[in-house]
Amino acid sequence: MVTENQAYLVPNPMTPCLPVVIDPELCTGCNSCVEVCRTDVLMPNFEKGKPPIVLYPDECWFGGCCVESCPVPGALRMEHPLNQRVGWKRKETGEYFRIGMKNPPPPNTRPPVGS
Amino acid sequence: MKWPYPVKYRVETDVKTDVLIIGGGIAGCHAAISAAKKGVKVAVVDKASVQRSGSGGAGVDHWGGALTNPCSQITPEQAMQPQPGAHSPFHGKYAMGHLHYVASKESWDALLDLEQMGMKIRDTDDDFTGAPFRDEKTKLLSAYDYKSWEVLRVWGADVKLFLYNELKRLGVELYEHIMATSLLNEGGKQGGRIIGATGVNVRTGEFYVFRAKATILATAQPLRIWVFNTELVGSNAEHDDPNLAGDGDAMGWLAGAELTKMEHSTESAGPFRYPSYGTGNCGNTWYPCTMVDANGKEIPWVDGQGNILKTYEERIKHGGQGPQAAHIIDDLPERILKGEYKQPFFADLPSMPEYERKAIFGLMVGNEGKTRIIYNMYTQAGFDPDKDMLQQNVLPPHLTIGVPPWDMKTSSPQWRATAFMAGGGLLVDWDMRTTLEGLYAAGAQTAGGGGHPPSSATGRYAGRKAAAYSKEAEEPVVDRKQVDDEKARVYAPVGRKGDIGWKELHAGICRIMQDYCGKYKNKEVLETGLWWLNSIRESESARVYVRNPHELWRFLETMTRLTVCEIIMQASLARKASSAFLDFWRVDYTDIDPPEWDKFVTIKLEDNKVKTGELPLDFWLRPPYTPDYEENYRQHSGL
Repeated sequence: MVTENQAYLVPNPMTPCLPVVIDPELCTGCNSCVEVCRTDVLMPNFEKGKPPIVLYPDECWFGGCCVESCPVPGALRMEHPLNQRVGWKRKETGEYFRIGMKNPPPPNTRPPVGS
Repeated sequence: MKWPYPVKYRVETDVKTDVLIIGGGIAGCHAAISAAKKGVKVAVVDKASVQRSGSGGAGVDHWGGALTNPCSQITPEQAMQPQPGAHSPFHGKYAMGHLHYVASKESWDALLDLEQMGMKIRDTDDDFTGAPFRDEKTKLLSAYDYKSWEVLRVWGADVKLFLYNELKRLGVELYEHIMATSLLNEGGKQGGRIIGATGVNVRTGEFYVFRAKATILATAQPLRIWVFNTELVGSNAEHDDPNLAGDGDAMGWLAGAELTKMEHSTESAGPFRYPSYGTGNCGNTWYPCTMVDANGKEIPWVDGQGNILKTYEERIKHGGQGPQAAHIIDDLPERILKGEYKQPFFADLPSMPEYERKAIFGLMVGNEGKTRIIYNMYTQAGFDPDKDMLQQNVLPPHLTIGVPPWDMKTSSPQWRATAFMAGGGLLVDWDMRTTLEGLYAAGAQTAGGGGHPPSSATGRYAGRKAAAYSKEAEEPVVDRKQVDDEKARVYAPVGRKGDIGWKELHAGICRIMQDYCGKYKNKEVLETGLWWLNSIRESESARVYVRNPHELWRFLETMTRLTVCEIIMQASLARKASSAFLDFWRVDYTDIDPPEWDKFVTIKLEDNKVKTGELPLDFWLRPPYTPDYEENYRQHSGL
């Protein structure tokens, strides 16, 4: 946590920075995501029930297996790094949107077909 | 902060089994199920959780080449006829015919197995009633061309979970989060029967000695051989699994097994990328989507003769794969340069018929590898395929056709890659056996193998063959010296005061491959490269420090890659001719595919010296085999 007027002797931020974002309020520390991540991006927290530590964000494959394994909707979400974010155009209006924009359109809640 | 797992360096666990399967991906899982059903004891070793490991771990949408499916218009025997103009890596001069035949014969059966396990392979929920790509009788969905039913569309996002549950149901022992580090030979001698393997736990550092009557290698193809940089896109520079280091190739090689086609490489996309299938496109998973330019101008499609296809109906009438089928105009690059079509381009999903739109974004993007996360992420951010056109990433004009846009392939000729399918690897026969007794291989591990459905088929086949062998085989006896030597090698960096991290070693080895094993090769360059690799082995690799079992894992994989690089350079030296088929270019042997070099060049270690050999391009149809695919399959398949 960075506070005003404080400076920290730390290495440069890793890139990608934070491919996996965990909501500490929702996460139950079940560690399902830790179990399925093939590159061990996530490490179990020392405290039982607490969210895993994102130790190796640079090794993320963006497979999303962690998100699929999470039993609590919204507890864990995946973010592509800025250099992989894509955009789209609304056909009728010509409006342009993208992943990561400031005021995104409302979510499309339709699930994948037939799953 | 301390390491959160118990640290057990040098602590040894012994495991005994009948069939040991190294690699729990698609080939490995189908092999394990097949072997277990034969009533033998089976153990699977995987660096990760088998639930999601391997390239198939994040899904599959296309099931191609399952030619015995009820809608198929072509038989496996017909498919083995010479196919001029064939686009698939499974046809062509250096294809491994026996593997292609097995895939054509058995991958439908593998899909039916998956259906038994609970995976959806047909439109049982009637989401696509009335679609031209749906067969009303079987409810199977076709992809690309809606006539030959060569490629099916499947709901494969959770394919590994179904396989995993089946493994557990059958009592297969899973040794997860363990990297296999070496094969064990009878008597500890290179070239001897394979009687097991060693492994190290990637979280605890514990050592494993596996004793097995039969071993199946299924570690797929090596990746990150020429290019490694996690600074840009993490481990997402490849579509396939980042744990693919070529362990099976290196272990097989050091144990004395024969490999071939290792000189085959392709262009690499380098370290840049966009998420697979995550930008607007009209090929593969996105076929046959309409593309429009920045001003909404539709980019035309043509048939195999170059005639414009004016409507969607005309497009699908000529649908398929390869240049003979409907595709976007071939001179798009020139027309972009003249300003006729202006990037950025967009995939016009709203203009597609509803069943096609749903199929592309909802079934295909949603089930293909690493696309469930794309579907979820993009829809959560507001993307609606009914209203929105996904942008294609802006590319140099020549890359707007022929290659997936997210792969980019904007890289230098010095940045190569192993082939995605049908590349180099272990040589196997009609028994899926390598040249070493007791050692089998399946999937992309084999020369000429790879791709999801073929891997499921060859895995299935290898499993029952290895099981049958294990029932007759003698007890495995481990040579303790071989184990001790390996243990010393594995733990060498632990506790060492080094000054180089595994990443620097990895990137350094890649640099040697770029410099000395790039697109254009000659003897002097390759030999200098081999000198460098050996020098790195003596110097930098002995200075790598590891601070936990994860770094030890990555270091050991980097050493695997060092061995793979040596194999590739040796194989390159052995082929004294250029080859367009192998994308292999020697400036000191400029004849392209001269007839005297129409052969497989094989390579192995004998008494730790490199020995090369050769095989005819149809060796699977020559003695000791018959000239007939069906007959060879009858004799060898174990069915």
